[in-house]
Amino acid sequence: MIHFLLDDTELRLQDADPNGSVLDWLRETRGLTGTKEGCASGDCGACTVVVADAVEGDLRYQAINACVTPLGSLHGKQLITVEHLSEGGQLHPTQQAMVDCHGSQCGFCTPGFVMSLFAHLKTHRAPERHALLESLGGNLCRCTGYRPIVEAGVRMYDPGAADRFDLAGAETASRLEAICLETPSTDAKVSEHHYLAPDSAADLGEVLARHPGARLVAGGTDLMLEHTQGLVEFETLVYTGRVAELQQLEEIDGELHVGAAVTYSDCCEVLCGHWPDLGELIERLGSRQIRNQGTLGGNVGTASPIGDMPPVLLALGARLRLRSAAGERELPIEGYFLDYRQTALQPGEFIQSIILPLPRDGDWLQAYKISKRLEDDISAVCAVFWLRLDGELISDVRLAFGGMAAVPKRASAAEQVLLGQTFDESALSAAAATLVNDFAPISDMRASADYRLQVARNLFQRLWLARGVDAAELRVARHA
Amino acid sequence: MRSLPEARSAGATLTGKVGERVRHESAHKHVNGEATYVDDRPSPAGTLHAYVGLSTVAHGRIEAMDVSAVRSAPGVIDVITVDDIPGHRDIGPVFPGDPLLAEGDVSFHGQVLFAVAATSYAAARRAARLATVAYAELPADLTIEAGLANDSFVRPSHRQQRGDATAAIDGAAHSLESAFHIGGQEQMYLEGQVSLCVPGEDGGMTVYTSTQHPAEGQKLVAEVLGIPMSLVTVDVRRMGGAFGGKETNANQWACIAAVLARRTGKPVKLRLARAEDMIATGKRHPFLSQYRVGFDNNGLIEGLDIALSGGCGMSPDLSDAIVDRAMFHADNCYFLPTANVVGHRVKTHTVSNTAFRGFGGPQGMLAIEEVIERIATATGQDALDVRKRNFYSAEGERDTTHYGQRVEQHIIAPLVSRLEESSEYRRRREDIRAFNAGNSVLKRGLALTPVKFGISFTVQHLNQAGALLHVYTDGSMQLNHGGTEMGQGLYTKVAQVVASEFQVDLSTVTCTATRTDKVPNASPTAASSGSDLNGMAARDAAAKIKTRLVTFAAEHFGVEEESIRFAAGEVVIGEQRLAFADLIQLAYVNRISLSATGYYRTPKIHYDREAAHGRPFFYYAYGAACSEVLIDTLTGEYKLTRVDICHDVGQSLNPALDIGQVEGGFIQGMGWLTTEELVWGDDGRLQTIGPATYKIPAVGDTPAAFNVELLPDSPNVEATIFHSKAVGEPPLMLAISVWAAIRDAVASLGDYRISPELDAPATPERVLTACTQLRAAQRESVT
Repeated sequence: MIHFLLDDTELRLQDADPNGSVLDWLRETRGLTGTKEGCASGDCGACTVVVADAVEGDLRYQAINACVTPLGSLHGKQLITVEHLSEGGQLHPTQQAMVDCHGSQCGFCTPGFVMSLFAHLKTHRAPERHALLESLGGNLCRCTGYRPIVEAGVRMYDPGAADRFDLAGAETASRLEAICLETPSTDAKVSEHHYLAPDSAADLGEVLARHPGARLVAGGTDLMLEHTQGLVEFETLVYTGRVAELQQLEEIDGELHVGAAVTYSDCCEVLCGHWPDLGELIERLGSRQIRNQGTLGGNVGTASPIGDMPPVLLALGARLRLRSAAGERELPIEGYFLDYRQTALQPGEFIQSIILPLPRDGDWLQAYKISKRLEDDISAVCAVFWLRLDGELISDVRLAFGGMAAVPKRASAAEQVLLGQTFDESALSAAAATLVNDFAPISDMRASADYRLQVARNLFQRLWLARGVDAAELRVARHA
Repeated sequence: MRSLPEARSAGATLTGKVGERVRHESAHKHVNGEATYVDDRPSPAGTLHAYVGLSTVAHGRIEAMDVSAVRSAPGVIDVITVDDIPGHRDIGPVFPGDPLLAEGDVSFHGQVLFAVAATSYAAARRAARLATVAYAELPADLTIEAGLANDSFVRPSHRQQRGDATAAIDGAAHSLESAFHIGGQEQMYLEGQVSLCVPGEDGGMTVYTSTQHPAEGQKLVAEVLGIPMSLVTVDVRRMGGAFGGKETNANQWACIAAVLARRTGKPVKLRLARAEDMIATGKRHPFLSQYRVGFDNNGLIEGLDIALSGGCGMSPDLSDAIVDRAMFHADNCYFLPTANVVGHRVKTHTVSNTAFRGFGGPQGMLAIEEVIERIATATGQDALDVRKRNFYSAEGERDTTHYGQRVEQHIIAPLVSRLEESSEYRRRREDIRAFNAGNSVLKRGLALTPVKFGISFTVQHLNQAGALLHVYTDGSMQLNHGGTEMGQGLYTKVAQVVASEFQVDLSTVTCTATRTDKVPNASPTAASSGSDLNGMAARDAAAKIKTRLVTFAAEHFGVEEESIRFAAGEVVIGEQRLAFADLIQLAYVNRISLSATGYYRTPKIHYDREAAHGRPFFYYAYGAACSEVLIDTLTGEYKLTRVDICHDVGQSLNPALDIGQVEGGFIQGMGWLTTEELVWGDDGRLQTIGPATYKIPAVGDTPAAFNVELLPDSPNVEATIFHSKAVGEPPLMLAISVWAAIRDAVASLGDYRISPELDAPATPERVLTACTQLRAAQRESVT
């Protein structure tokens, strides 16, 4: 059974496919056609809806892509769609602002924008351009050129009266808490489609042992593409989002433990607190919707060679805590990526957490994402450089690249060149020259092999220039 | 009607007249999800879902096609191949060449082979992947160069000529010879192709579809079914974007759904998923520009010899007119004393390219702007100075295009000067030089480029339109016309025209879906013509009813017709004032007809294609943009940091909607020239098949400084609807300034003395390659 609130209506779904998408359920089963399908791959935002969770008596609103969200993951949440915003024939301030600013033309992307704006309104006290752009980066509009939509994002704050969601907030939160208490773990089965959401790591291990063919799903942002593009029908999905241990985010003995099911949105602040340069990378990783759904563990779990977090984890010297019904083990992340989408995970095993050594004096991290479009694009090259500097001496170094090989990979030869050397232009240039020994990138629709190699080399030049310099002087992405 | 309804009274203030910043008629429905698109319609009971199977080779003969697994897949009701089509098998809109379903051979990777109808969308999609097809593969031409090398064309080449360009170039103080590649562009309307066909009586069909050209859909559905057009009705309330991609490319899906609906007797819906939509539908034509140009020491052009080769794909579709329009715009704003402009329609084994906002014009215009850039570099001048020097002008017999049309409204020079001043072009040019001298990695670039775009269909007979207006006895009206609503605000503008004619509040006028049973034989909503044509047709309908009302009122109240006027929701009849609705009721009971059709055809236009001479355009629309960019010379990444635009819409019908078109067109054009790159594999398979890999501009690509002005006090000199100008396509070409600004930033690496090789789109990779080239050339020139 999937038990959740659709706006303020409590639903207990017994016969809806839990492994199908929220979008298909809304449009085909509920007849709520305001939410649109633009791409069914989480890349256009036309299907954006908002989910609210109860967090310590408050509601946390998040925009997500309904097309890549399995219905089962709504359990215990409130789902709000574009049909729910207006009240008594009166448009919500978000909607009215879009009308007043001429923010819609063809109107097809508009419900998605309205929902992204609504989520922004609920999570930001005042309008600020940069934050607004971050909230809207995953919504494509082909008509307006965006200027009036950004203007609407400012205007919707005026006059700023509480809406019915605010007024019902406490009640909604307690209703959601009651649902979660009543049904902490979900086990929904409709015909051959089985969806399980265990609430502890021990249960997760057992579920995986019992269902050897099950697929793990966290945010679904990668997995669900098999369904929407590959037309795969998942028999058994096991959702990680309700497993307490996988939601851990804490510092223990100079190390940061990030539960595998912690979303980018939830760990961004902590990660950027320790490594400020990760801010740009994470902001440009997917979109707000994707970051609200996608998880660190998922990015490692799929083992895509073009994921942006694996190079970060490689450069930081992360370890993975792996677990199964049989027990736990730790693995340095270098040992995890074996070949194209092949990992060291054993059957029945899952990633419980990712352990990151916290920075010490002299540690310096630079994270560079190079892509065709600045927002919501997959990297042509992702380079993460970690150096431990003793004065000008490089006492330790880890350089990791994504998009340059069949797996996320460290530049061992370049590291060897730099280790023990003075941080200077000639050392960096010598290190860059060795890349061709470690990497033979491919040409694809994102970039040619030559471009990837040249950019990777040039990023050593950027690294050389970057010390003590405002990133805006070297990176166009940092310009307003 | 036995008893009359309550007359609608006019509000205190009337809103929505022509010239007002009225919101889009559907804006309030867009924002709460009520605006209904085809896929949102509640499906009639028993509706089947159709899907298509696509070829997996670019060129070959089909040796065997086994669809038995498709037929026996769960939920499948029917499968059709070409032999199951009852009527015409070719749906080429102008010339044959577009098979509805492949017959014998395939000419591109992704061509539709067969179609399946099943009980659900998922079942149809799954089944469509189950066919087994054996091909005898044939060599495929995948590039313009390959097609040219094989003399492979979809239509004959065409030439526009003035004087002896070769002699002029040979005799000029300077000459340049070069080639330049211009990429295509995916329309990427957010709503994909979709049609719902509902079979009716007498073998007829009602088609709900997302098309810019309902009448053509009607004709082709009728032909494919082998029934008269009168049995087919096409209904289009709105599209979720189109941009030319639903002009001819909407037809195939309607026709396939119609055949399946006829065979099964059930309503059939066919909606393409994004990947198949991108694979199986046409895009903007890529072009190769090859030219020689001669000019004097000041950069004044003396002769241009240019070959524009459009990559048409596997069939003619609209390519004849598209390549013609590229040729018509190979001058942009510049007088070419001698010119030899040749347009080739190159056949390639790729999807047949089609209309996309600008329709070849942008490619022709970019080609000449690239020439101008090179001339500026070669003569060591600011490109803006070269542009201004070459403008058409009223003096010195420099006012006639290379195809013989006189340029009559010389507003580009003052428009550009206005923008040059408001954008502080000269000061910023100095600032940028200083910035670039002080920064080794990031470089700034600046460019101000003009636009002159010809307005009218170049196929003369398309320049006509019809409208239908009903006034009801409560004073409200229903307006219908042949134009379709794709987001541009056409319905809003035309309703404003009617409200203005009657001087009633805009809320009085309800826009209804474009339907072939209301206004027949309508032209496509394309070529920026929507408001020009339909606005005039609607005004004609309104004028007819008005005339009847005036004649009636004059007689009824015994006053002169001249003393009757419509004002503020009322009708002033001599000394009396009557609410509009009261006059309507009075007219009704006195048996005055309150419904009228309207019609319009564009005057003055003619073009002799044999002689390549005439006046193909009723008028030109102008504009200019000044863009500033920042590029990263280590990675090729870039960002547009500011744009200033001044655009000519004549007397605006609705400044809010017009600015929306200008801004949206500019950003869409910027996508074409920057991040939007179509990539095919060596096997002819499109690799960029969704927004994950095909990158249209996102919100952060819109600059914080985005200053748009509509050129004030400049009504159209031609008698267009309220002296407005068309606005759909022209602003797209304002984005050429972004490409030119990136080129300018790259050129800084060679101290502006070396021309960068920067094909379009200027992806980060191309920009980095150009930077590398410039750095190498600069080193060489220094040593």
